[in-house]
Amino acid sequence: MSDAAPIQSQPRSARGEPVISLRNVSKNFGAVSALTDIDLDVHAGEVVALVGDNGAGKSTLVKVLAGVFQPSAGTISFMGREVALSSPSVALDMGIATVFQDLALCENLDVVANIYLGREKDPWHLDEVAMEVRAWTLLNELAARIPSVREPVASLSGGQRQTVAIARSLLLEPKLIMLDEPTAALGVAQTAEVLNLIERVRDKGLGVIVISHNMDDVRAVADRIVVLRLGRNNGVFTPADSHHDLIAAITGASENSVSRRAGRLAAQEEGLA
Amino acid sequence: MTHNPNSVAGQALDRADTRVRQDEGLGGALRAFIDRVRSGDLGMIPVAVGLVVISVIFTSLNPVFIRPGNVSNLLYDCATTGIISLGVVCVLLLGEIDLSVGSMSGLASAILGVLWINNGWHPAGAILVALGMGAAVGALYAKLFNRVGMPTFVATLAGLLALLGLQLYLLGSTGSINLPFAQPLVRFGQNLYMPNWLSFILALIPGAAVLWTGFRARARRQAAGLTGVAMSVILVKAVALTVVLLVVVLYLAQGRGVPWMFGLFVLLVVVMDYAFTRTKWGRSLMAVGGNREAARRAGINVRRIYLSAFVLCSTFAALGGVLAAARLGSSSQQAGSGDVNLNAIAAAVIGGTSLFGGRGSAYSALLGIIVIQAISNGLTLLNLSSSLRYMILGGVLALAVIVDSLARRSRASHGRA
Ligand SMILES: Nc1ncnc2c1ncn2[C@@H]1O[C@H](COP(=O)(O)OP(=O)(O)O)[C@@H](O)[C@H]1O
Ligand SMILES: [Mg+2]
Repeated sequence: MSDAAPIQSQPRSARGEPVISLRNVSKNFGAVSALTDIDLDVHAGEVVALVGDNGAGKSTLVKVLAGVFQPSAGTISFMGREVALSSPSVALDMGIATVFQDLALCENLDVVANIYLGREKDPWHLDEVAMEVRAWTLLNELAARIPSVREPVASLSGGQRQTVAIARSLLLEPKLIMLDEPTAALGVAQTAEVLNLIERVRDKGLGVIVISHNMDDVRAVADRIVVLRLGRNNGVFTPADSHHDLIAAITGASENSVSRRAGRLAAQEEGLA
Repeated sequence: MTHNPNSVAGQALDRADTRVRQDEGLGGALRAFIDRVRSGDLGMIPVAVGLVVISVIFTSLNPVFIRPGNVSNLLYDCATTGIISLGVVCVLLLGEIDLSVGSMSGLASAILGVLWINNGWHPAGAILVALGMGAAVGALYAKLFNRVGMPTFVATLAGLLALLGLQLYLLGSTGSINLPFAQPLVRFGQNLYMPNWLSFILALIPGAAVLWTGFRARARRQAAGLTGVAMSVILVKAVALTVVLLVVVLYLAQGRGVPWMFGLFVLLVVVMDYAFTRTKWGRSLMAVGGNREAARRAGINVRRIYLSAFVLCSTFAALGGVLAAARLGSSSQQAGSGDVNLNAIAAAVIGGTSLFGGRGSAYSALLGIIVIQAISNGLTLLNLSSSLRYMILGGVLALAVIVDSLARRSRASHGRA
């Protein structure tokens, strides 16, 4: 099913040059093929949502682009040039910032140290004042509710940690931002704030990849919705496409538990009526 | 301050959240400190308390313990193992261990004796070779860890044996080499004390530094729209530090004064403290010790951090070995054996550097080694056999690790890593 001509929509409009292009990217973990022949383009000023069931390979794809994992095969071009993302620092230096699903924060360090980790000002005499001011500025932009930036990250709630991780990704003025389930632990107001932020960075001309299981959020911000299923491309949608088609691509069948449940509810309502 | 562009609605940036208690002035600083301690962030407290208890007990058992002459002597003994312990702190902060520091110090003392006395080298050259050997051994451990993934526990255990073998091999034909008494290096190791006027001046410097950096940081923070530390807090800190140091120095001046070698040790501690807390390298070290994968994803070159920490550790061990040889006036097969290894590691842990990585301080080597040497010294004064000394030191180390583990659990339940 997954290979049977997926529902293909034209992108709404390619907003700019491709920031990143993947061709036939595969990633194996021993016998497990987490990713197989993935193609993906993200243009400047475009938000691409990456959706798929648990284990579809979304986080693996993000980690390949962040330089955490090396692809087993395929080519990656960044700003039109073929590149090897051989380590996280290479990706960061190119301008690829990532909010990882597990956040990757150092719990023993405070918020300022985490935001600036690896990018400290004045390596031989850390400029704590400048770093703290910039940290507050970034956090205030995200309407963060963090009482003190001098507490170790271990003392923060899940949502606060997520905000710290997002603030960190904005520090370097990147060209591509990847957010792996950035709103999973956030409250209502903060989720809206993050969606606003995604639109703001898109309008600044950055490329954005966002992973979310919340289809309403995805439709609200995405220009294109790329579906992964079992580690393969399974169609590209726009927010205008029907919910039914999108779910069918994610689950791999038009007849699936989601549609069955919807059908059952509809039947019940008819029965009541 | 209310007109600062960075401030939020007339509030300093870091006080804008209404949930933050507005800890101001001395009382506020004290309250914040008590909160930290109660949540399990004990820092230097256990070791400071321990030191007072130990001094009181041993002084009551034998008043010689607290005499200036004995204290000077004690500080001399602290310097050699303390410098080794300072290196151990580097690897403990990564959550790793180096079990071979004792053997490394013994090998360094053997290299010194063989090159200097047997081969007629200039002592400076012999010291450089010894330190270079330390750096090479540390680099080898780091390579084994980075490339092969060999646990440092095992690599350094192998190193403990191999380095000891090399030490015995080098000394083989002679067994023990006496170092000439009149040489500056040996005098440095045995009876070179600071003139009293100099030690008074040096005792004033830390307080002055606290004042200067404190006021500067305060002014900069306020200019940037952040709250600064209260004047009173800075003043009290500076005065307290100066008083304590002056009392110690005045007291030691009644005897022979402050040993230069102890001065060197303290200087190295201060330098390493700066490196741990004020440089990018130190921040990276703490990050790798706290969460290695997170540090890697932040773009930190994790391998280089391991390399630097292990090279520093073994080099400090070699330096400690050179100074120990100067202290003993000989390079012998016994150098670095016995309790040197365990004392150096125990000192770091007793001083409050966690075995679990990511937290600790250079000062833990200083305070920890003073505790250990005070116990050794006190028990020796009581003419107790070394059997009892080992048992008591073992108990103290176990106690320190228990405190570390309990504090860690308490921090976890209070959400402080
Ligand atoms: N480090 C790893 N080693 C082995 N298998 C992995 C590893 N990381 C991910 N996988 C596998 O790759 C597949 C995709 O995982 P992931 O990318 O995390 O999915 P998701 O789309 O839920 O983020 C899963 O089957 C997972 O078990
Ligand atoms: Mg995932």
